[in-house]
Amino acid sequence: MYLSIATTHQPATDLGFLLNKHPDRLHELALTYGRALIVYPEASEARCEAALLLDVDPIGLVRGKGQSDGLLDQYVNDRPYAASSFLSVALNKAFRTAMNGVSSARQELADSAIPLEAVVTPLPLRGGETLLRQLFEPLGWDVTLAPIPGPQGDPTSRYVRLTLRGTTRLAALLNHLYVLIPVMDDAKHYWVGDEEIDKLLKRGEGWLDAHPARELIVRRYLRHRGVLARAALARLVPETEDEALEPEAQGASEETLEAPIRLNDLRLAAVAEALRTTGASTVADLGCGEGKLLQLLLRERWVTRLIGLDPAARELERAAKRLKLGMLGGPPEGRVTLLHGSLTYRDARWAEADAAALVEVIEHLDPDRLPMVERVVFGAARPRAVVVTTPNADYNALFPSQPAGGFRHRDHRFEWSRAEFAGWAARVCASFNYQVAFSGIGRHDDTHGTPTQMAVFTR
Amino acid sequence: MNIEIPDFALVVLIGSTGSGKSTFAAKHFLPTEVISSDHCRALVADDETDQGVSADAFDIVREIAGKRLKHRRLAVIDATNVRPADRKGWVELARKWHALPVAIVFDPGIDVCIARNKTRPERSFGGPVVQRMVQEIRRGLGGLQREGFRQVWKLDSVERIAAATIARQPLWTDKRYDSGPFDIIGDVHGCASELQALLAKLGYRVAWRAEDSRRAVTVTPPTGRKAVFVGDLVDRGPQSPDVLRIVMSMVAAGTAYAVQGNHDRKFQRWLAGRKVTIAHGLQATIDQLAGEDRGFRDALPGFLDGLRSHVWLDGGRLAVAHAGLKEEMIGRGSGAVREFALYGETTGEIDEFGLPVRADWAAAYRGPTAVVYGHTPMLNAEWVNNTLCIDTGCVFGGRLTALRWPERELVEVAAERVWCEPVRPLAARTAAGSAQAEADHLLDIADVSGRRWIDTTLRGRLVVAEENASAALEVMSRFALPPQWLVYLPPTMSPSETSAREGWLERPEEAFAHFRARIVAEVVCEEKHMGSRAVIALCKSVDVAKMRFGIAGEESGAIWTRTGRTFFSDATMTEALLARLRDAVETAGLWQELKTDWLLLDAEIMPWSAKAGSLIESQYTPVAASSVAGLAAAEDALTRAAARGLDVAALRDHVRNRGARARRYGEAWAPYVWPIGGIDDLKVAPFHLLASEDRVWFDQDHVWHMTIADRLSTADSVITRTRWRTVTLADDAAVNDAIAWWEQLTAGGGEGMVVKPRTFVARGPKGLIQPALKVRGSEYLRIIYGPEYDAPEHIARLRQRKLEGKRNLALREFALGHEALTRFVAREPLRRVHECVFAVLALESETIDPRL
Repeated sequence: MYLSIATTHQPATDLGFLLNKHPDRLHELALTYGRALIVYPEASEARCEAALLLDVDPIGLVRGKGQSDGLLDQYVNDRPYAASSFLSVALNKAFRTAMNGVSSARQELADSAIPLEAVVTPLPLRGGETLLRQLFEPLGWDVTLAPIPGPQGDPTSRYVRLTLRGTTRLAALLNHLYVLIPVMDDAKHYWVGDEEIDKLLKRGEGWLDAHPARELIVRRYLRHRGVLARAALARLVPETEDEALEPEAQGASEETLEAPIRLNDLRLAAVAEALRTTGASTVADLGCGEGKLLQLLLRERWVTRLIGLDPAARELERAAKRLKLGMLGGPPEGRVTLLHGSLTYRDARWAEADAAALVEVIEHLDPDRLPMVERVVFGAARPRAVVVTTPNADYNALFPSQPAGGFRHRDHRFEWSRAEFAGWAARVCASFNYQVAFSGIGRHDDTHGTPTQMAVFTR
Repeated sequence: MNIEIPDFALVVLIGSTGSGKSTFAAKHFLPTEVISSDHCRALVADDETDQGVSADAFDIVREIAGKRLKHRRLAVIDATNVRPADRKGWVELARKWHALPVAIVFDPGIDVCIARNKTRPERSFGGPVVQRMVQEIRRGLGGLQREGFRQVWKLDSVERIAAATIARQPLWTDKRYDSGPFDIIGDVHGCASELQALLAKLGYRVAWRAEDSRRAVTVTPPTGRKAVFVGDLVDRGPQSPDVLRIVMSMVAAGTAYAVQGNHDRKFQRWLAGRKVTIAHGLQATIDQLAGEDRGFRDALPGFLDGLRSHVWLDGGRLAVAHAGLKEEMIGRGSGAVREFALYGETTGEIDEFGLPVRADWAAAYRGPTAVVYGHTPMLNAEWVNNTLCIDTGCVFGGRLTALRWPERELVEVAAERVWCEPVRPLAARTAAGSAQAEADHLLDIADVSGRRWIDTTLRGRLVVAEENASAALEVMSRFALPPQWLVYLPPTMSPSETSAREGWLERPEEAFAHFRARIVAEVVCEEKHMGSRAVIALCKSVDVAKMRFGIAGEESGAIWTRTGRTFFSDATMTEALLARLRDAVETAGLWQELKTDWLLLDAEIMPWSAKAGSLIESQYTPVAASSVAGLAAAEDALTRAAARGLDVAALRDHVRNRGARARRYGEAWAPYVWPIGGIDDLKVAPFHLLASEDRVWFDQDHVWHMTIADRLSTADSVITRTRWRTVTLADDAAVNDAIAWWEQLTAGGGEGMVVKPRTFVARGPKGLIQPALKVRGSEYLRIIYGPEYDAPEHIARLRQRKLEGKRNLALREFALGHEALTRFVAREPLRRVHECVFAVLALESETIDPRL
């Protein structure tokens, strides 16, 4: 990865004083993951340019420096080459004094706005050109992008060569780059910890709190660390709500499509009510995910015992946290049981449930697995009541951003119209001796029905 | 007194403190069989006499006793058990595990007990305590049977206690010592004529005679054989008395066992004058009995009363019960066992014919003991999970069926006529598919989860760790094909040892050396196609798929990846390719030659991009683009710096060199990628014919497999020929020739080659040998190890790779795959196949360097 900083402020060679690196020498710094080289391709009175070259050891990165984890999950990846948090770390190490706006030899110059030009390449363009401009332009930079070609004649790749031009203090440029390069990269860092909040706040001082894309910057910078991001935002803008921390829109995802009507909340409330009216007291949430429905049911007094089942162990861990299982202040032992299991296997561990909920679950299973699921739920476990919700494909016509025939979520294996859902339910009733009643959840449209359809099976 | 107790029982000792229970127990039982409340008090509180911890101590007694009973071990409760309330729990525990509760009461006299307590300083019980205990025991004595004890033994003096002996008897149902061979005969229901025909067919001689003007019969079995009747001898049919005569004479002669059926039981109750509803054909039996002689009638109650709930035979390998039996009930005795054996289990619901809906216990059965039963008339007798219902509805006009054991052959005679109209028509379990396939639609989480042991033919017992099984669950249930298709997953393949030659990671020399060291004489070298591994299940028709694989849908086969996912997300693409392959198999004449209507092929499907498109897009392309761009920018900066006189020429050359490798990286996969417009853009290279009807082809060598592959490749253009050759490892010229061949293959953009012992399953002095080693070309390895892997400073480190884990994994997965196929071909229950396939997937979650 490559970063260069140039100025035409005269004498331009003063850049060496500001960066604390002599223009006529090759500087080498050892980093934990390789080395950084600083060289001046140009150093005249008129223009001076310093280049920071990062030489990341690709083998060492994978081998994890003797630690077992390393990066084996992505055994060959762009990390040694793409501009990323590695570059920020190198910046901090190479130019820390300059980043702090300090220059023993040229303090006055360090405090002055000077014409600057920076080049970063190859910069991952995650979020597109629009985002890149949203990040840098509010800070006064003139942004130029040059596409980087892919291999085998592909004219564009997901990387660009970024050139920033503007007149500002050198420290500001360095701090902007320090924070915003990892934001553009938006990939896993290897060093995000509590101290990173302080570093971010320090490097963002004077510009981040007023930046229009503040939330996005904080979230991406502290990627995968929701708690940290929340803490940082709270310190930055105390009144910020949790809302901002919901995963951002990624194309036509279920969440964006359905967000305006807060469909999920309506759905959970409707399911909880349906379960209550069945007179059940032991409820199994089959495909409980991170446990939102369980959390809602936990507050209900008519529920004596809750069982959550999910095939994803990760989701169950999140559910256990959400429900405070085994923690102080959590539910009493035995009230909630989380089970790692799957609907395609009969499972005596939840057979005692007298009602089961399958909330937005069946559409995540291939249609050819449904007969097995039906046997497990309606044939073997046979709870007195089963509540099933699934998207109503008829309603998709009303989602403006969804392509026709597309699904609301990329893991959906199918989405049924109301007629298809009713057909399936009728077959289940006939095979397993249940009765069914249908209802809708969400805003009702006269032609297309409601976004979610619900069936309550009883026997 | 000789106390005869069942060898499986819960023995409850009853007696006051000082009555001699513990001494008696120590004399007659194993120390591990006796669970003493005193001992458990000590376990809890270091003091045998601490009454304050009694409740907890008894929890432990109960827990230990329960575990022993669960494992069918005798247990002895050594506690005073003075009051009925104290004993109630033991009777319940015995019932729970279907063990007979036995009471032994110790009453040597109050004075003896008091005297003994005085000699034991740690016992503080005074005379009044002992007195109260003894009186309470004596009061309860008469009620012990009513409390549920099946045997009550009373020892009422010091001498009797000292003189008593204990003899253990096998349970009435436990005939494991009898290994037959047996002929198990289904529900006869008074069809004496068909029974005689069946007995004749089985080789039994039936001779009737008149004895004091009474009908009598003698049945002579073929030497050594015995008949086992599954019950329901009477009702509905025309000649129940003659059926009874035959069975009674055989049982009396010791040439038959008979278990009780629900009809036999009801008949017995009617004979005893009990109030029973005369229905379901009982009237016929009553009418037929009217003309029978007195002697016969008098013998009936004794015979019917002596019928067993079930018999457990042949070293425990076989159990026969009228309506079936759950695993945890076999060889045990309780009211629940008898009820289940007579009536089976019902869901409590009533079907459209007004008959109770039967719970499908056989679908849930997982036991190693084969259970043969009747009770529910079926169109055909079919094995389901090691259980077989042989009631084929003779009295309803079906057939009378017998199972020869251990031959497992079915012998049948057709009914002479419909003797009784069935309420519910006889039907197969499903329109299509076997009874086993029907049961297989339900797999149990316990079939795959937790720490598991799987016995394999090739490599003995393999262990799958709980966390690995757990990791596979989501993939298997949400992303893989249905288990009915997924009867095999291919093993991982290890590379050859790292090359000794400078600058190389892999070369053929090491692969040859590997096999030479393991005394392999000849290997087969196969060109390694750069595509994606695919397992192809190919059926001659949709019907075959339904019948053989138990598929519910309309597919005629399936194609799946190494992790069990469908190869093509588009089902029409799969079917179109299957159609081409089917034609090729037809043209090659393999259906007839292999006597099969389905095949399982192991193949590589190209282009690589067909399956790895997103991987190339998300992983390899970015590496190429970013490395070229970054290194070019660095080279430019260093070139300019050098031009202004800085001493960076060496550094520039280094960066230039890196840039060149990065550009080669970007080209490395070009030969493996092309767009797919239709089937004709695909290339399929089969290399193993894994299995077909009744055969796992692992017993054929790779020359046979490659010859089949060659024949298929000439049959259709979509099938690509894999170049291959045999190499005799002792022949240096042939070995060098093969090395040159590999160099030529890889120089031409090939991925490399696979070297296999000629024998499919090869064993060396130290056991199973790697079934295959891959030797990959240097440019292909660039894709895997990264652009700069062969730079001197990098390759030195990369060569320190550890292959042990991968090798071990490859062998285990190979053995599991073979096991899965073997079980599938033997038509074992799906769960037995699925557990092997699931285990392969589970093992894949072990952390192994993915670049190997």
